[in-house]
Amino acid sequence: MVRNPSANREQFRPHDHPNDAFLLTTVVGSYPKPKWLNRADELVDDPDSKFDEGDLEEAHDDACRLITHEHERAGLDTVVDGEMRRNEMVEFFADRIDGYEFNGPVKVWGHNYFDKPSVVEEVEYDEPWLVDEFEFTSDVSERPVKVPITGPYTLGFWAFNEAYPSTEELVYDLADLVNEEVEKLVEAGARYIQIDEPALATTPEDHAIVGEALERIVSGIDEEVRIGLHVCYGDYSRIYPEINDYPIDEFDVELCNGDFEQIPTFTDPEFEPDLALGVVDAHTAEIEPVEEIKENIRQGLRVVPPEKLTISPDCGLKLLPREIAYGKTENMVTAVREVEAEIDSGAIDVDNPLDD
Amino acid sequence: MTERVAATPGLYPLPDWAKETLSDLKGHQKGDLLSGDESKAIVEEYAEVRAEYVDDQLDAGLDRVVEGQGRWDDMIAHPLTVHDSVETGGIVRYYDNNNFYRDPRVVDDLDASGDVARELERATDLIDGEAPLAATLPGPYSLAELATDEHYGDEAAFQAAIAEFLAGEVEAFPAHETLFLLEPSLVTNPPADGEESAATDAIATVTDATDADVVVQTFYGALDEKLYAHLVDEAGADALGLDLVAGDRDDTVYNVQEFGATDSLALGLVDGQNTLVEEPETVAERVEWFESQVPAEGFDTTYLTPNTELFYLPANKYRAKLNALSAAAEVLD
Repeated sequence: MVRNPSANREQFRPHDHPNDAFLLTTVVGSYPKPKWLNRADELVDDPDSKFDEGDLEEAHDDACRLITHEHERAGLDTVVDGEMRRNEMVEFFADRIDGYEFNGPVKVWGHNYFDKPSVVEEVEYDEPWLVDEFEFTSDVSERPVKVPITGPYTLGFWAFNEAYPSTEELVYDLADLVNEEVEKLVEAGARYIQIDEPALATTPEDHAIVGEALERIVSGIDEEVRIGLHVCYGDYSRIYPEINDYPIDEFDVELCNGDFEQIPTFTDPEFEPDLALGVVDAHTAEIEPVEEIKENIRQGLRVVPPEKLTISPDCGLKLLPREIAYGKTENMVTAVREVEAEIDSGAIDVDNPLDD
Repeated sequence: MTERVAATPGLYPLPDWAKETLSDLKGHQKGDLLSGDESKAIVEEYAEVRAEYVDDQLDAGLDRVVEGQGRWDDMIAHPLTVHDSVETGGIVRYYDNNNFYRDPRVVDDLDASGDVARELERATDLIDGEAPLAATLPGPYSLAELATDEHYGDEAAFQAAIAEFLAGEVEAFPAHETLFLLEPSLVTNPPADGEESAATDAIATVTDATDADVVVQTFYGALDEKLYAHLVDEAGADALGLDLVAGDRDDTVYNVQEFGATDSLALGLVDGQNTLVEEPETVAERVEWFESQVPAEGFDTTYLTPNTELFYLPANKYRAKLNALSAAAEVLD
């Protein structure tokens, strides 16, 4: 069953928040890397270059500082570092978990490849995965920091399983490791964790496996910690209303990409966790105008009241040009603050949010 | 006495060096995928890839050598996506995999293009008589399922036109010992009740176009029993290929026990979608186990194959799988 989102939401309201209504603004995670960082990643592998691992770490620190501040400048209530230190959402974690090995890239489509790892023995927790990243971002940020983690279902099903009798069993072992990591992050001060499960969108019939994995992830995690789940690109009707049983505070969806056609899916039965609604498209290189985003935000009010609505882009923005990613984020926050003011003034009727 | 033949249906992963050089030459976007009239530099790159595939197979000691289909950016939809009468639409999911291909939208009459025949001629030169050639094509049922018809206007006419098109491609092939027709859609999206014969007729159109032994390779699980019976009786296949890795193996055994089999069988024994490399002894045991389940006096030929194409694997594991198949056939000898 759903956790207690109202117990942890208010801590993210900024002290100088201008409106009574508070739609929490956040991002899904990834953000375009500055070009020089990609060059730095290549340079460190060049035997003729003097650029070494220490230099690369400095470059990563600089990039994290830069993008965290860029998020703050856009006005977000909660920020991330844009995942500047991460290469790919499965590879990054597989590299840190004992039991995985890499054999080389495999085709996704055309000449796009993915270093799909193999699980060759029981997975085990070694060093923390994200605690350093979180502490660094927290230190440079004035705003609360959200931590995205690739979920165990995706870590399991987007790998070759050589070691477990079933991938489901692998997923549960991975969920225990994620739980260990979340505990360490909470100890370090994290209060907002997002589990990313894009793999669920392609195999919605496995929703019960994800549910069981989430139970393990949140085991022993205090209710003041906000746990979100992000699932992108899919037919949500195949996992709804089942997600109402998930032990999460917030469910983050990508609907802007499909013009919000799936919104009615979530209206019956009543949506139980908080809704984190994607209101800008992560795959179009045009910055949506504020007015258009405001209309998109109203779609979320058809599902939940303002005090249960979080606003984010559809998905990670890393594939966009950086100035477009920034423009979308900035317009998104502006739109949210205007919608909040209109809720306060009664200009938006939250019971009939699409009415003018 | 049953002859055991180690073979694959092709569609190999590009060697890692070619993943880089070809993506540099071609690009990463949809519009950069292969069109069939690629530049000389790209042609030369693929020639090297093809030579490496042939060497891999000869080194492993496979009994049939395939071209490897390195050019098939769109997997088994390739013969259409490079065709002049086809426009490519959006990127769509390839079966239940984290793989995508361009939707082939057929907008005009499909005539033989010779694209695959040209690949096979080059492979024949490379093999230089050291092993028999096996050709690979999508089966007409699957290819029609993967494509979009914007010209023929009728499902049956479209399937028949695809079959005629493939038969025309086969007629242009150089000498080949075996033809693999890949038919995964027969498992994932089988013909509706009563439509089975239309599918098997289409397959027979292609199998009739060659004197070679034809393997109709089905995969991603077990066949529905009624469809299985139709395939055995009507498709004109020398061997039906059965997936013993994915799905319920008992269903496949039941089909063979209940409805008999083609004179030869291809057994998908090695997992084309997992990096775990099977021990040759294990593969050999599976062959003997399967053959023992079947009441017949024995098959003409049992093909030892991976259950699927091999492009899902990293390059090192694909080579290991070739070796496992070949070694398993040796264990049985």
